[in-house]
Amino acid sequence: MKVRAQFAFVFNLDKCIGCHTCSVTCKNVWTNRKGVEYAWFNNVESKPGVGYPKQWENQDIWNGGWELKNGKLELKSGSRTNKLLNIFANPDMPEIDDYYEPFTYNYAHLKNAPLSEATPTARPISQITGESMEKITWGPNWEDDLAGEYHKRSKDKNMDNIQKEMYGQFENTFHMYLPRICNHCLNAACVAACPSGSIYKREEDGIVLVDQDKCRGWRMCVSSCPYKKVFYNWESGKAEKCIGCYPRVESGMPTVCSESCVGRIRYNGIMLYDADRIEELASMEDTQDLYEAQRSIFLDPNDPEVIKAARAEGINEDWLEAARNSPIWKMVMDWKIAFPIHPEFRTLPMVWYVPPLSPVQSQIDQGNLPVGPDGAIPVAGAMRLPIQYLANLLTAGKEAPIESALNKLIAMRSYQRSIHVEGKVDTRAIDAAGITEDQAKEMYRYLAIANYEDRFVIPTGHTEETLDDSFGFQGQNGFTFGNDTSHGVSKITLFPRRRKDTVEPKQEAPNS
Amino acid sequence: MNLHNFLYGVYPYIALSVFLLGSLLRFDREQYTWKSDSSQLLSKANMRLGSNLFHVGIIAIFGGHAVGLLTPHSVFTGLGVSDMAHQMVAIWAGSIFGVMCLIGGAILWVRRMFNARVSATSRRSDKFILTWLLITLMLGLSTIPVSIGHANHGNPSVMIALAEWVQSIVYLHPDPSLLNGVDTIFKIHLFFGMTVFLLFPFTRLVHVWSAPFGYANRPYQVVRSKRKFLKS
Repeated sequence: MKVRAQFAFVFNLDKCIGCHTCSVTCKNVWTNRKGVEYAWFNNVESKPGVGYPKQWENQDIWNGGWELKNGKLELKSGSRTNKLLNIFANPDMPEIDDYYEPFTYNYAHLKNAPLSEATPTARPISQITGESMEKITWGPNWEDDLAGEYHKRSKDKNMDNIQKEMYGQFENTFHMYLPRICNHCLNAACVAACPSGSIYKREEDGIVLVDQDKCRGWRMCVSSCPYKKVFYNWESGKAEKCIGCYPRVESGMPTVCSESCVGRIRYNGIMLYDADRIEELASMEDTQDLYEAQRSIFLDPNDPEVIKAARAEGINEDWLEAARNSPIWKMVMDWKIAFPIHPEFRTLPMVWYVPPLSPVQSQIDQGNLPVGPDGAIPVAGAMRLPIQYLANLLTAGKEAPIESALNKLIAMRSYQRSIHVEGKVDTRAIDAAGITEDQAKEMYRYLAIANYEDRFVIPTGHTEETLDDSFGFQGQNGFTFGNDTSHGVSKITLFPRRRKDTVEPKQEAPNS
Repeated sequence: MNLHNFLYGVYPYIALSVFLLGSLLRFDREQYTWKSDSSQLLSKANMRLGSNLFHVGIIAIFGGHAVGLLTPHSVFTGLGVSDMAHQMVAIWAGSIFGVMCLIGGAILWVRRMFNARVSATSRRSDKFILTWLLITLMLGLSTIPVSIGHANHGNPSVMIALAEWVQSIVYLHPDPSLLNGVDTIFKIHLFFGMTVFLLFPFTRLVHVWSAPFGYANRPYQVVRSKRKFLKS
């Protein structure tokens, strides 16, 4: 058993209102720069839809993620040798139009245009060529709120084994939002595909980063990430991706997308897992077993054996405490209401999703739909969103766990409704869903109230262990672009190095 | 010192020094700029054909030059490779890979100059170095008819002179007079070729140094730890 801690997420889709505050805050903080105008480390898709970039879920097109070849786990895009042979032109590389051509508007013209009969207009300008664009034909969220033609949106890979025509009719339409960031996978395909070894997982918190100095722009990560969350910066020629807001997280703050989420749908916390079992569990024969397999990789932070092993790996007490209070653990392990996105990609992603319920109240009022034992709340199978669709997204198509999760979410509502509306406790729904009253109360606290301190349980990073002298670090730059990241600088240099011995103490920091 | 002696006695050392020191300095101080600078994201059309032809061609040509010019004459004769056989291999391999490289390079050049997105995002150095490489290549290809002429007369002396000159440079006893009997087209090609080395550290060409062969044997997952002092 090799215990590692992972900074993990749960997004509660039931409460996502598709406001894009997460995307915009992320954009403003991290990708408001030349070369990555088109890149959204965080984006929110309207589903069903082909998404961003187009058809990202369809690995018949992109060959992202992993697959079993003769029982052995290998990148779907090919072996290491195969990657090296394709290095001059990556056959699976998306093109800018698969995302969209980034644009701005000629705002200055509004002010500088000479006097004229007609009001001047600000024409769109390509942020790549600088030329005027005749027409904007695609954007980062072109399918917003089911915009566009159904037959195009229904190319969504999750619709594959669903009777598409039926859901194209207006009265059968369904819709959900899917906010997406890098999944900081346990078995990351981008890391595995990087020929220069510049992408790495941090041992301390599992955040996946690209060493900007070491990246050579071979762009295998871009195509190998099945979520298409590694982006090629055409200005710098380097790969860039969601950095899990590590400068914030190390200070105990949530990521900026999580912090700014107005719907309070995002949870940040620590999960302990057994790094020795990654390959074994990602290699399950049946893709529908991958969800349960990934659950079994997590280690119980209350188990004395686990605690002992974690301490031996150098995981600090406050991290173990955070793991015990992790909101992620409750939703993934205790309540089983959160699921990994597309587990069939075999990356063991660490952003998990609570599936959304879908409103059908007017249908219930008209008596058109079956209801639960309280006579007021519908049953999971009768909602607008087909369970199969959610299962295709979250459990490689296995419906039972999704249905169970939806039933728990409904039962929690039924239970609370009985208290607040009827004035007397009715446990019939929660009994049927298999949750206790205590659990229903706690689920209500975490999901409905969602207090800040319940959503975000983030231990601070231990700089005293990672720096020669954390006091001496004061006054230095923490984060810059290029040429001074700690690992990319070559060991042998032609130029004088910093006089370390006179600045930093010769005494080693104590082992804490 | 006349121009001939400068170009073929001194210039090679300037080019090689700048090539080696410049590469080292850039890697040391500006590693953030060390990259292949791919533009495949902006335009994928013809990249598989063009880029593969170009790269395979140019790598084979580089290897061919290195082996053909740097191997001492005595080694070839020792191995039983006659001068004429050597010259025929050079002509054939040079023609095949040269044409591959030229076709690929032409595809890439048209793309670089006329594809709106690629052209707009190209640095001047990107356009310049590709053009320079292609001119060098075409000069190299136009030496082939001359070589065939020499071969038809059973005369390998020019080829041997060129190899001896290159070896004289490498062994630090430069002898520009070795090139006295060599046709002008070879000399122009030499100048363009040496200049590629001179320009190398200032362009995207530096990515050649970083060919990631190590990847073939690397474990898939890479984990870095910042903890310095922990003993398990």
